[in-house]
Amino acid sequence: MTKTNAAGKTRRQIYEDRLRRRSMLVAGGSTLVVFLAVVILVPMAPGWDRVKASFFNWEVFAKTFPKLLEAFKLDVAIFLWSAPAIVVLGLLVALARDTRNPALFPLRILGAAYTDIFRGVPVVLTVYLIGFGVPGLGLPRPWNSPYIWGSLALVLTYSAYVAEIFRSGIESVHKSQRAAAASLGLSDADSMRFVILPQAIRRVVPAQMNMFIALQKDVALLSFIGPVEIFRQAGVYKSLLANFTPYVGAAVIFLAVTIPATRYADYLIARQNRERS
Amino acid sequence: MAKITLKAVEKRFGDNTVCDGINLEVEEGQMVCLIGASGAGKSTLLRCVNLLEAIEDGEILLDGEDISLPGLDPQPVRRRIGMVFQSYNLFPHMTAAENVMLAPRRVYKKSRTALRPEITELFTRFGLADRMNHYPDQLSGGQQQRVAIVRALAMKPEVMLFDEITSALDPQLVGEVLDVLRLLKDSGMTMVLATHEMGFAREAADKVCFLKDGKVVEEGAPSALFDAPQHPDTQAFLARALK
Repeated sequence: MTKTNAAGKTRRQIYEDRLRRRSMLVAGGSTLVVFLAVVILVPMAPGWDRVKASFFNWEVFAKTFPKLLEAFKLDVAIFLWSAPAIVVLGLLVALARDTRNPALFPLRILGAAYTDIFRGVPVVLTVYLIGFGVPGLGLPRPWNSPYIWGSLALVLTYSAYVAEIFRSGIESVHKSQRAAAASLGLSDADSMRFVILPQAIRRVVPAQMNMFIALQKDVALLSFIGPVEIFRQAGVYKSLLANFTPYVGAAVIFLAVTIPATRYADYLIARQNRERS
Repeated sequence: MAKITLKAVEKRFGDNTVCDGINLEVEEGQMVCLIGASGAGKSTLLRCVNLLEAIEDGEILLDGEDISLPGLDPQPVRRRIGMVFQSYNLFPHMTAAENVMLAPRRVYKKSRTALRPEITELFTRFGLADRMNHYPDQLSGGQQQRVAIVRALAMKPEVMLFDEITSALDPQLVGEVLDVLRLLKDSGMTMVLATHEMGFAREAADKVCFLKDGKVVEEGAPSALFDAPQHPDTQAFLARALK
């Protein structure tokens, strides 16, 4: 029989209630202190009034925000056509690096070189090199469009990362699964397609989500080679109004997309960890 | 002619000789049990027969035909030899029925509808009719292992290899898996088992082989080997195993 007090709680529940109350008090108190410090101390800084006027100008914000949102559609569009290409190319590179067929050895080497190079170069450099370099070949319209080559730069860079994540997923599937598939007489290709890949892909979904959140932000890099997406639009307003608030507006828009996406990825990771333990 | 013949089979992992000149004959319809301590080479021997491991030297014959020939395409051979593993190795992302149908679908190009009746029959025979659409993690260890056996049988193999298939099971689940083996033996399947179930080996096997350090130390009918072991190593092992 459990010992209970008048409220019908066990000793353990009373103890845990007390712990919870105390930790909530501590958390609330420390949050309040930090918040007050920011609200009181930051405005006391000598340049605060200037910063406030040029970064947090409500009028500029309200005026430019709708146009920024409009420009953000282009970011979303670039993201939407790049992402599927990245998944496909990333998967192909991962499979190429995994192949054991000697005839495909060049492909394997190529895959390794590819991931090394594109993971090693800053994205913005790749965007410049491909975005300016390829149209410089004097291609006719529409093949000189910065949309195409800028997107390609993103696709090449992100596929390298995504391929490595797929590969780690493939390697995380225990080799006994391959043995089981082989013992049934399945070919290597069938064993990869029906047994290994479905398990590998499922395991790396959360990690890949984080890559695509990063991609959504890096779309802004294309502004350096022409397309008037949100970052460039904000830059236009900055020059026009001599005010930095449009950049803050752009940041708000990015956060509105990336924070829910990040939380969702974290949720997926947490769920996966629960399932595996 | 024996169904399976092993001639001086040698398997090394680096400097470690796991099978050291093993000779063995398995007749059609026979159940042969390999016994011995862990690391004696039982599992490796089975994996060699199924061509999951390539042997360094010697020959493995299936119906008199050398299947250990270097460069031979292993897939047609593996279709004729089913294998069941200690850790079941079911595909976790597929239902029991999908696990069983995958290989016949891909290898024999049969449709799901064509396979349904015979698969259902197999599940029913092994007491799994109501588990067909369950995922592996919804099944007990014993059920998973029986599904793994059904999965191997669906390829209509001529020989079945069992690699310590009850070792990972809770003691109360071992019986249901051993029942399946008895059923298979009665149907005339040729079987080779690596096992620690001495009671079962003694009762059901046609031949028992004791392996130590990659060698067959002693082989014979279960009554002879268990009741009157000749070699001191066999005597020592059985004294410990039957305690």
